Amino acid sequence: MPKTINPLVFTLAFVSGFIIMAIELLGGRILAPYFGSSIYVWGSIISVFMLSLSTGYLIGGRLSLIRPDLARYGCFFIFAAFTLLPAVLFGNGMMDAVFLRIEDPRYGSLVASTFLFFLPVAILGMIAPYSVRLLVESSHRSGQVAGGLYFISTLGSALGTLMTSFYFVLWFEVNQIFLTMAATLIAAGTISILYNKFMVP
Amino acid sequence: MRLMLMILLICSASLAEAERIIHKEKSLYRNIEVKESNNRRCLVFAMRGGDRNQSCMSLSDPDRVVFPYARMTFAGLLLNPEPRSILIFGLGGGTLPMVLSALFPEATVDVVEIDEAVLRVAKQYFNFVESEKVKVFVQDARVYTKRAAIRKQKYDLVILDAFTGDYIPEHLMTVEFLQEVQSIMSNGGVVVANTFSTSKLYHHESVTYQTVFGDFFNFKSPGTGNRVIVTTGNPLPSKLVIQSRANRLSGKMTKYNVAIEDFPRNMKRGKDWNENLRPLTDQYSPANLLQGD
Repeated sequence: MPKTINPLVFTLAFVSGFIIMAIELLGGRILAPYFGSSIYVWGSIISVFMLSLSTGYLIGGRLSLIRPDLARYGCFFIFAAFTLLPAVLFGNGMMDAVFLRIEDPRYGSLVASTFLFFLPVAILGMIAPYSVRLLVESSHRSGQVAGGLYFISTLGSALGTLMTSFYFVLWFEVNQIFLTMAATLIAAGTISILYNKFMVP
Repeated sequence: MRLMLMILLICSASLAEAERIIHKEKSLYRNIEVKESNNRRCLVFAMRGGDRNQSCMSLSDPDRVVFPYARMTFAGLLLNPEPRSILIFGLGGGTLPMVLSALFPEATVDVVEIDEAVLRVAKQYFNFVESEKVKVFVQDARVYTKRAAIRKQKYDLVILDAFTGDYIPEHLMTVEFLQEVQSIMSNGGVVVANTFSTSKLYHHESVTYQTVFGDFFNFKSPGTGNRVIVTTGNPLPSKLVIQSRANRLSGKMTKYNVAIEDFPRNMKRGKDWNENLRPLTDQYSPANLLQGD
């Protein structure tokens, strides 16, 4: 893998970090009309995110063993975008159904956030270990590469949290933010695939 | 200069002396304090940069409703003078449910309060008592409303008074929430909402209520930053009607220090807000950010 892909992978890792936390923050907004804004609603959301990220890390690491390239990497972003859409399209219908079946808002919010966020966040989680694989050239530098990637994607997460809570909710509707994030993911994935096709020898 | 400083020091020392904290606890949601000073006991949600009194009780005359906004809430009775079922969001010290239950012993009063600690404090320090007729549900107001709608429950009077230390929670200020409230109001049911009138949020909130309920009485009392919205699913009664109801109720209300006969004068139907702003919805509700403006 040529060195020139480094800036691309770093940028894409930043984007995924940004979007993961923006989704998490909006998750509270999406669940509040059905389950309130009590502390256990946040408990549900954070637990589901941690669980789906950990699953994503595992699968992403596994997939990085099989002919890793930027095209597959780009596909993760595009899949993540499409799995994000049901939250926009069917979110309320789904939460209605959960609300009717589960009385306790603790378990209601846990189930609802699993349905809404598990898949897209797990796929976004796959990006982190896969990025490491794309960048690592030798085992003795692997720690440094991983450190750099954590740095950039966590920086993205911090910025995603800040921008969403300070400004995006003031400027846009929740669904507009979600659709913009999905579009961004699709654009990021497409760039990665095209780069692989035309720039990588 | 030195003299002024000394006077200031003496004054602040005596003030500090006069105020006693008689209870303090950290609940799941906030820091709660009960303070006493000048014959008053207050429930306080303690915050850095200014405590917020949620409810106060006069120690010598516990029936007296101390806060102007709490008194203003009784304006709802001018639209429905005989409520048989009452729902209140936000317990505070429990003043409203106790007075309403005393006024209407036959009525059921359901109170929804998210914080169990507030309920404990209300019982222990503010003479709040649960009974056959007065029940408290420790729950999020939005969740309660949705469940009540499924049970097809109806209320004659709904009072929205759920405050955090800061303001009203964002998911309790949206068009969708108010529509859910509307769905649990009986025919002729009345909604009363306690809000502030001092920020940009005032305009958004007014537009939001207008969107769901149409015209409403905009009730402000001179000298307070509070605004109480009073409305019903039916067309609003005329000034004449509410004034005559107020006169009839006024005898009953004197004991509680509620000068209800003066209310109609300040219950305006005009729109003094910017009607071009967008209503708050579940999709767009940066309510507590707008409050800063």
